[in-house]
Amino acid sequence: MKKYSIYLSAILGSLLTLSGCGNQDGKTTSNGALASNNAEKVYVAPGEQDEFYAFMSGGYSGNLTVYGLPSGRMFKEIPVFSQFPTSGYGYSEETKPMLNTSFGFIPADDAHHPDISQTDGELDGRWIFINGNNTPRIARISLSTFETEEIIEIPNSAGNHSSSFITENTEYVVAGTRFSVPIPQRDMPIKEYKGNFKGSLSFISVDPEDGRMDLKFQVLMPGFNYDLSHPGRGKSHGWFFFTTYNTEEANSLLEVNASQNDKDFIAAINWKKIEEYIANGGGTTMPTNYAHNVYDETTHTATSTMKKEVLTIDPTKVPGAVYFLPTPKSPHGVDVDPTGEYIIGNGKLSADLTIHSFDKMIAAIENKKFDGEAYGIPILKFEDVLAGTVKSGGLGPLHTEFDGEGNAYTTFFISSEVVMWKLGTWEVIDRKPTFYSVGHLMIPGGNSKKPFGKYVVAMNKITKDRYLPTGPELEHSAQLYDISGDKMELIYDFPTHGEPHYAAGIPASLLAPKSQKIYKLAENEHPFAVKNIPDAKVVRDGNTVHVYMAMIRSHFTPDNIEGIKVGDKVYFHITNHEQDFDVPHGFMMIGANTSGLLIMPGQTKTTLWEPKQEGVWPFYCTDFCSALHQEMQGYVRVSPANSNIDLSWSVGE
Amino acid sequence: MKKVSKSILAILTLVLLSCGGKEEKKKEGFSVTREKAKTEKPAEATPTTNTTTASERIDLDNKGVGPIQSVTLAPEIDQNLAKKGEELYNQMCLACHRPNKKFIGPAPTGILKRRSPEWVMNMILNPEVMVKEDPLAKDLMAEFNGAPMSNQGLTEEQARSILEFFRTLD
Repeated sequence: MKKYSIYLSAILGSLLTLSGCGNQDGKTTSNGALASNNAEKVYVAPGEQDEFYAFMSGGYSGNLTVYGLPSGRMFKEIPVFSQFPTSGYGYSEETKPMLNTSFGFIPADDAHHPDISQTDGELDGRWIFINGNNTPRIARISLSTFETEEIIEIPNSAGNHSSSFITENTEYVVAGTRFSVPIPQRDMPIKEYKGNFKGSLSFISVDPEDGRMDLKFQVLMPGFNYDLSHPGRGKSHGWFFFTTYNTEEANSLLEVNASQNDKDFIAAINWKKIEEYIANGGGTTMPTNYAHNVYDETTHTATSTMKKEVLTIDPTKVPGAVYFLPTPKSPHGVDVDPTGEYIIGNGKLSADLTIHSFDKMIAAIENKKFDGEAYGIPILKFEDVLAGTVKSGGLGPLHTEFDGEGNAYTTFFISSEVVMWKLGTWEVIDRKPTFYSVGHLMIPGGNSKKPFGKYVVAMNKITKDRYLPTGPELEHSAQLYDISGDKMELIYDFPTHGEPHYAAGIPASLLAPKSQKIYKLAENEHPFAVKNIPDAKVVRDGNTVHVYMAMIRSHFTPDNIEGIKVGDKVYFHITNHEQDFDVPHGFMMIGANTSGLLIMPGQTKTTLWEPKQEGVWPFYCTDFCSALHQEMQGYVRVSPANSNIDLSWSVGE
Repeated sequence: MKKVSKSILAILTLVLLSCGGKEEKKKEGFSVTREKAKTEKPAEATPTTNTTTASERIDLDNKGVGPIQSVTLAPEIDQNLAKKGEELYNQMCLACHRPNKKFIGPAPTGILKRRSPEWVMNMILNPEVMVKEDPLAKDLMAEFNGAPMSNQGLTEEQARSILEFFRTLD
């Protein structure tokens, strides 16, 4: 049966190739049998559920979106680095601290590379991490609540791009800087970049119990651009690999000036050596300033703490910790195969892929076969570490993922294709076009010891004619390939939100059973929660008024409030008393200069309203909650600032 | 025809009872049109042959639909259990059920004179199914303007403590 289906898919695959030739305009003529076969593969019948979760970064949306595979249906947008009026994230008093930084409150970012936590190199589905690229930050999102629980700012970094990748046991989430900058920041001529700027690579520990992050150390590297990174695994566990470009250290027109060297480097960092060095008192503590924001699930409230110092490491002072592997043509992605032996550098201005061997690297280090040094860091000889080259015939390789069956899949941006090749023999097995200009690709678990090699998702940068046009601005397009056969098959297109750079996928069976349904009201420790209805009240403290409010289908307690005055700051602290799955309530107040709230069962959220005009002003529930949802409303009477009307509140009187 | 007029009568009674209209009228003193508008709403409710409202109806044999098959009540009220039940009731139920007055839902005072203990616990533990399958729960939902009884996710033990608290509300 298996053989038969492979045979069948081979035939279908070749049919696809044939029909592909006549389809250079990117439009598909409907080929009956083939189309219906592919339709079956992506069809998830009404009421059925998908086999995989896919978490796609939102790029400039600053958020993370959750999709199902193979259906391509979007389930949720998780707000991370951006204010999100849908839920009130970043607007509610409880979540504003999540977006605090050393630059103050930052309402948006550019989110790039999600990575799911691992235990022993396999996806464990506890948390997903993602980097904020513009104002350097790393976020940790719970995969039981699907909410952002923690954001840590990265000092001494700028363009936090070679992030946020995790080590085999989630010991660290690693963040590298794209821009090198003066460290510490200071006023100096840009032209003096060369030799003066530094690039920081940050290692943030993750508490195995609660996931709390702590910036352990920063390696201050030469002033190159650190583009992407990935962890060693298996035998290379303990090492981390970063691609570099702009080893020319150009500070202007990098398009030309950073493409002068025939080879840049992959930096290999032995973080276990650095840990030993620190344990023996190594490293320099440097004053700095960065925010560490933590959301507490029991108080439903985030707090932001400013941290004042960071431990920095001069790599030349730690023998055996850092080496450079020459890699052709401004490598972009660096990917490590499931065995941990092969380190794949995708030289984005090259046609070929460079594969380094971890064993050869170790041998070269042991034999001290260096080809000079850069700022005191030994450079290994290209030939000594090279395992092989994939002569792809494509142009502009960017990223590689693995299927766990000895195959690798690499995206080619310029030639718009995914190329499938064999680890060890380096032969190209298959290639399929993408529409158009693919960036990252993702196989669930494809960056771990144990990939689930059933689908490849290609994330394309250019959409053009793939969907009905929606004016000049188009959503980016993802494409799904079936890789369960000998060859790849393009089976589906679906639009994505923002600009997904990277994505992380995981079997639904690992996440769905532990997805949280409600917050327990009994465990709610919010200081302004109404846990018992008689505690609902309104309290004045000078010009500040706190409304302790409860909500349940379909009314507010209280729903009539008098004695509010023009100029007051009115905080509505609202607790959802539902304890049933999927019964959120919303809240909006007329004239509030902020977003509304969407409050989950058992949760408390707070919004600020500053009434500016006398009158009787309504509020209501914004989430259609029951047949009597439209009745879920109330009034606040606002009197002149000098009024002596007593504060009063009621419901049903 | 007879049946229809009877049910209309029942519905009208229901409307008068449920909206607490008298009091409001006194205060406002001018509304005349609202009565007509109101009669249209409950006309869709399931016609009931009883003359009393669902909340006043006495049905001690009906055990409802749900996990609770049989409850044995000790002759004496367990005050500790009732206390626990009261705390839970204040947190989970009071928003809609005031002990002594009709609110969003019916008042629990004297409930065990009208309902079996099993019915009460099944209504707490299995409300979605009860309002669909139990005729009395169905009628109650109609009486209370279609307001659904929320499932507060209580355990059987917790529901039992609330039942014990209800025994103190006589």
